[in-house]
Amino acid sequence: MYRGTKAWAFIAAAAVLFAFATPPATGAAGQATILNVSFDPTRELYNDYNTAFAKYWKAKSGQDVTVQQSNGGSGKQARAVIDGLQADVVTLALAYDIDAIAQLGKLLPDNWQKRLPDNSSPYTSTIVFLVRKGNPKRIRDWGDLVKPGVSVIMPNPKTSGGARWNFLAAWAYALKRPGGNDAKARDFVTRLYKNVPVLDSGARGSTTTFVERGLGDVLVGWESDALLATRTLGNQKFQIVVPSISILAEPPVAVVDKVVDAKGTRAVAQAYVQYLYSPQGQTIIVRHFFRPRMPSVAKRFAPMFPKVNVVTVDAVFGGWQNAQKTYFADGGVFDQIYQPSQ
Amino acid sequence: MADVLTWNAPRAAEHRTVASRAITEPRTVQWCLTAIVIAFLAVFLFLPLAIVFSTALRTGVVAFAKAFTDADTLASIRLTLIAAGIAVPLNVLFGVAAAWAIGKFEFLGKSLLITLIDLPFSVSPVVAGLIFVLLFGAQGLLGPWLVAHGIRIIFAIPGIVLVTTFVTFPFVARELLPTMQAQGNDEEEAALTLGASGWKTFARVTLPNIKWALLYGVILCNARAMGEFGAVSVVSGHIRGLTDTMPLQIEFLYNDYQYVAAFAVASLLALLALVTLVVKSFVEWRTAHGN
Amino acid sequence: MAFALRRPSIVPGFGLTLGLTICYLSLIVLIPLSATLWKASTLGAVPFWHLVTSARAIASYEVTFGCSLAAAATNIVFGLLTAWVLVRYSFPLKRLLDSLVDLPFALPTAVAGISLTSIYASNGWLGRPLLALGVHVDYTRLGIVVALTFVGLPFVVRTVQPVLEDLDAELEEAAASLGAGRLQTVARVVLPTIFPAALTGFALAFARAVGEYGSVIFIAGNMPMHTEITPLLIVTKLEEYDYGGATAIAVAMLVVSFAMLLAINVLQHWSNNRGGSDEREAAAHG
Repeated sequence: MYRGTKAWAFIAAAAVLFAFATPPATGAAGQATILNVSFDPTRELYNDYNTAFAKYWKAKSGQDVTVQQSNGGSGKQARAVIDGLQADVVTLALAYDIDAIAQLGKLLPDNWQKRLPDNSSPYTSTIVFLVRKGNPKRIRDWGDLVKPGVSVIMPNPKTSGGARWNFLAAWAYALKRPGGNDAKARDFVTRLYKNVPVLDSGARGSTTTFVERGLGDVLVGWESDALLATRTLGNQKFQIVVPSISILAEPPVAVVDKVVDAKGTRAVAQAYVQYLYSPQGQTIIVRHFFRPRMPSVAKRFAPMFPKVNVVTVDAVFGGWQNAQKTYFADGGVFDQIYQPSQ
Repeated sequence: MADVLTWNAPRAAEHRTVASRAITEPRTVQWCLTAIVIAFLAVFLFLPLAIVFSTALRTGVVAFAKAFTDADTLASIRLTLIAAGIAVPLNVLFGVAAAWAIGKFEFLGKSLLITLIDLPFSVSPVVAGLIFVLLFGAQGLLGPWLVAHGIRIIFAIPGIVLVTTFVTFPFVARELLPTMQAQGNDEEEAALTLGASGWKTFARVTLPNIKWALLYGVILCNARAMGEFGAVSVVSGHIRGLTDTMPLQIEFLYNDYQYVAAFAVASLLALLALVTLVVKSFVEWRTAHGN
Repeated sequence: MAFALRRPSIVPGFGLTLGLTICYLSLIVLIPLSATLWKASTLGAVPFWHLVTSARAIASYEVTFGCSLAAAATNIVFGLLTAWVLVRYSFPLKRLLDSLVDLPFALPTAVAGISLTSIYASNGWLGRPLLALGVHVDYTRLGIVVALTFVGLPFVVRTVQPVLEDLDAELEEAAASLGAGRLQTVARVVLPTIFPAALTGFALAFARAVGEYGSVIFIAGNMPMHTEITPLLIVTKLEEYDYGGATAIAVAMLVVSFAMLLAINVLQHWSNNRGGSDEREAAAHG
């Protein structure tokens, strides 16, 4: 008799727990909630974009949509989605991370990249240097980063997408030097990471370390973050240095099929990613210092972006599958060369 | 391990009389020591409290209030209340049961049981979070089964509740145990021989005797449940508006340089801490003068 | 006397309460813990050892245990002083300060973390004057020690206070009447009596400091090999999805935690017995 009472208390508590575990259905047609799992430097971009999209969707379909936003290192976010983070939409830093969600998590088809224009990449960016005003350490190109006494801030390639773009850009620089080959490139990148005091888990974390905490002589990272730092903090404190060679970064977006089908949010999620390609979407994108795809918008805002000489992952490294496996997988080149600086 | 949290025997008013000169220090020494201690406590205890409220109100009351209109902050407060609201009652239930079993009976393995109950105290919060990720995460021991059945624990609210329950697990039990042991079985046995049932004995005899210890255990448990950071940080997924508790929201706001908002939310938790301290004082005072 | 698993009693509810206790304990504590040990065992002994002894892990142990030791040492000194002053002297606001000592128990670690960082930042209330003196607190090991001192502050005070209160004035009077100076009395009569309690407090403060995360990560700087504490290393490995590495280090920390738990239980036993025997002696000399 008494045992029964206690047992019921337990069952009730367990039921409450599991009630929270089951996914909320979209229920009435009037309301929908979707989660956008994104890479690190896009906080401001998606803040604005989500507001604009909600307005657009309400006008178009009459439905109220709440977009929840999660930002973090691209690799880390991908693993979180594979581990069960219920993302309706993923907007990550590089195609490989979404490939991993497709292949390891089986949450969307392997040909996801073909479903949207421009290889599912509504915006591009590149890697530049951010230095302190006046450039006291005279940093002009990749070669200056390996000099003794230069402190370089970059994020962790194991978790951050931007960090992997950084790594490959540095490697490409060393390859393209006269007499450059893989061995020399490996040596160069090893020396580069010796000058890195701390690896943040995401690109924005590194920007914060450099800008707010005042650590380091140079920040290597997203052009968008560099422009953000110089534009919003004023040109008084920082300046951008464009290296002789950089890499074309194409951050892709995708709808996560398994999640949206379970939640019933496919229509709104698809509209969400497609709106990124619209004139309004592209204008918001460019306002946050990402390079738009739409020619008219790109032309209008061209003066905002520096001229950068870029190579692509496909041309130099044979694509992301190859690059990830060679350099960033467990036991890959990065694991072999990285020793936290003493 | 948690003996410091045990029910302090009511500290009667100084039972040291103003003693002879031989066994007190010279005035100047007393003065110096007191000054040192006050300075130490001021720097380490008072300053942190002061800066919480000072920064929260730095740009005025309006900005302070505005911090609580943010949807994500409100969601984090709600989640914190939910997590504590489930963890604390469960731990009270367990705490009372454990204190009864250990305090009123002699059996083999009692010390082992007490040590096991103490385990969560000695485990780092981060390790506590990791433990649950290894069990319930999609790559964990139960992962495949959970995924197959659409049950989400890690990166969702149940994970946060579970982890909060784990870290606050021993509080109530360890508060009640010394009290129950000190009180012994006499009153209960008397009631039972007079014909009262087990439940009635518990309600009418035991409960009133332990009520202050229970109250203190509950608020300590609650303060820790609402304030838990490391363990929740590991299992939460940091989805703003969904799986951020108040401490995580504070971290987010602080790292985002929204200092006033961060300290505004922190001030709520600091107030809770002060309430906890006040209740503890009250309970000690009641025990010293009431019984 | 016949051997019995439990002493019989007329008090009911043993089966129910013990059953509930063990059930709950298993669900919430034991089963999750065993999952961790299982995971660690799948790593293999040699890889496990390499993970636990990597250069970065060892640097983090140095930081964690070194700073925790320094903080616990600070707390034993100031904790003894505080307990002494609170028990033996009176001054205005004493009751307030006494209650405030428990603040580190009640205040969430994240709140403590951001408060301490703000105070010791280079433009902070204490940070600025300290910087003028050339002392860096934020983003250094000193900052870690400060944060850990905060979290461990109540332990020594609260373990020593009851012992000090129960200390019989007669012992000190006896020593004084035998010609001992005040300092001698304190050093040879009082301190040895409260020593076990103080040591217990030290161990508690140390154990707590070793596992601390929230109060430290804001002020620490978190630079690998320099100011990275072990719990942070575990979190970083988790973020990299290096479950094996995280588990290995976590198990190493668990082993240390259990060892400390054991040590503290022994110390508390010693402390209790010590107190008991003193009372018996005092009664005998009555």
